[in-house]
Amino acid sequence: MVDRDEVKRVAKLAMLELKEGQIDKFAAQFNEILDYMEQINELDLSNCEAAFHITELQNVFREDEVKPSMDRDVILKNAPETDGESFKVPKVIER
Amino acid sequence: MFYKKTLHELMELVKNKKIKPKEVYDSVLDRIHKKEKEINAYVTVFEEYEENASGGELLGLPIAIKDNMHIDGKPTTCSSKILSNFVAVFDATAVKKLKESGATFIGKTNLDEFAMGSSTETSYYGVTKNPWDTARVPGGSSGGSAAAVASGEAIAALGSDTGGSIRQPASLCGVVGLKPTYGRVSRFGLVAFASSLDQIGPITRDVRDAAILLSIICGHDPMDSTSANVGCEDYTKYLDRSISGMKVGVYEAALRDCDSDVQKAMDDSIKILESLGCEVKPIELPHAKYAVSDYYIIAPAEASSNLARYDGVKYGFRASKFDDLRDMYIKTRSEGFGDEVKRRIMLGTYVLSSGYYDAYYLKAQKLRYLIKQDFDNIFKDFDCIVSPTTPTEAFKIGEKADKPLQMYLSDIFTIPANLTGMPAISVPNGLGDNGLPLGLQIMADAFREDVIFKVASAFEKEFNLRDKLPLD
Repeated sequence: MVDRDEVKRVAKLAMLELKEGQIDKFAAQFNEILDYMEQINELDLSNCEAAFHITELQNVFREDEVKPSMDRDVILKNAPETDGESFKVPKVIER
Repeated sequence: MFYKKTLHELMELVKNKKIKPKEVYDSVLDRIHKKEKEINAYVTVFEEYEENASGGELLGLPIAIKDNMHIDGKPTTCSSKILSNFVAVFDATAVKKLKESGATFIGKTNLDEFAMGSSTETSYYGVTKNPWDTARVPGGSSGGSAAAVASGEAIAALGSDTGGSIRQPASLCGVVGLKPTYGRVSRFGLVAFASSLDQIGPITRDVRDAAILLSIICGHDPMDSTSANVGCEDYTKYLDRSISGMKVGVYEAALRDCDSDVQKAMDDSIKILESLGCEVKPIELPHAKYAVSDYYIIAPAEASSNLARYDGVKYGFRASKFDDLRDMYIKTRSEGFGDEVKRRIMLGTYVLSSGYYDAYYLKAQKLRYLIKQDFDNIFKDFDCIVSPTTPTEAFKIGEKADKPLQMYLSDIFTIPANLTGMPAISVPNGLGDNGLPLGLQIMADAFREDVIFKVASAFEKEFNLRDKLPLD
């Protein structure tokens, strides 16, 4: 059962903030969804393999070669704030 | 009236110098100007024709691209406020391949925010309407692409499919939608939703156009290490073939959850397949009924990780008021994401969080393996599996908007192909009781798009909606 506190805990983990009215709504919706998902507990999965991927692919390696990457000004083009060389964020270290 | 024609008809006309690609572009643009207010299929329309002189087989003809794939120099919004100011700085591989094959682009189509939805109602840019009945949803998440192709606002389009996002809207809009095998098409430049499930594919007015586009966009790509290193081919060679002797499995248990007109359409399509010489038999997929639960654990888990990158630092929207760095992240994400995206990020965070990982995520991965085994077993004896694409016709706008579980259940038949990686197509399967399109889904084993094209092409010859599309 997901209650208000649990919704707030998960929101915090996900770096989200919910409006007051949203908390109860989300809790009710999560409970409905998780109740439906209870159906998977009918199955005994204790001896099953987990399919973390479904393709036949193994690790994909490549040569460790230096290749040109995107230009800095291209990468900075979409940034909300830059100093022309780096992304700028609010100050995090107090002097 | 060039906008009414299929891609292959237009390729023929341009090749024979009967028309110029710019005339087709203008015709589609006119149609957009006429219909867009009503349909809202696009986030961005490219009003200027940019010639493609590469001489490739598409000969400058326009394609629409779902707005979660990059076209260099054009906006990619994912229909989200958080990317509302984002301009792509490179081409998605599928887009690059289209360019190299001579395509031009007419615009970026609307989607559910970050492709999370089955109705295109969660877009920051407003709901897309179903061109068959504008009070209804076009499906989703590639609802913009499907509505554009069905209404003549595009000749053909690319969509992406994580749990049915190409096939379900194609079905609800009466057009053809193909989700290729996982790894068949590079995902490089497709904004990630759930990386182990996402796949790019075409939405078109007929099966031939789907084959033409898949032949162009498929292939191994070093920029996507999950793209399969398998040969690509010209899939049009599988069209117009006899399918006599093909073994077709019918997922009958699925039909119990369907509306009666959907069941009747299935009965009719089975008769057609039998008349074409197919050996049609019912099959059992014991774990398929758990697919929605499985998907809504795995997909949100992957999404919660993928969407952690939106933090207001590197690109996109940043909140204007905040106290410090942490608060900047929180405010940016809380103002930038819509409710459904928040819900899925949180659902994913929940199932991955300490204490719940084993109960949900690990179990879901095990279940995914069982579902895959069900299908592997069937494909030992059968060439393909058919089912309805969706349990109902297009639902009304607003009908499921505040009922996430009901919305999730509309993907019940399409999700297994994503969980197992196998290819699946939706082709028009007539009209239901309300005169709205229904779809037939054909699924085949991994990398057996050849089977899909053979069956879809033969079926389409017997039965299609070509003359009924809302193109007037």
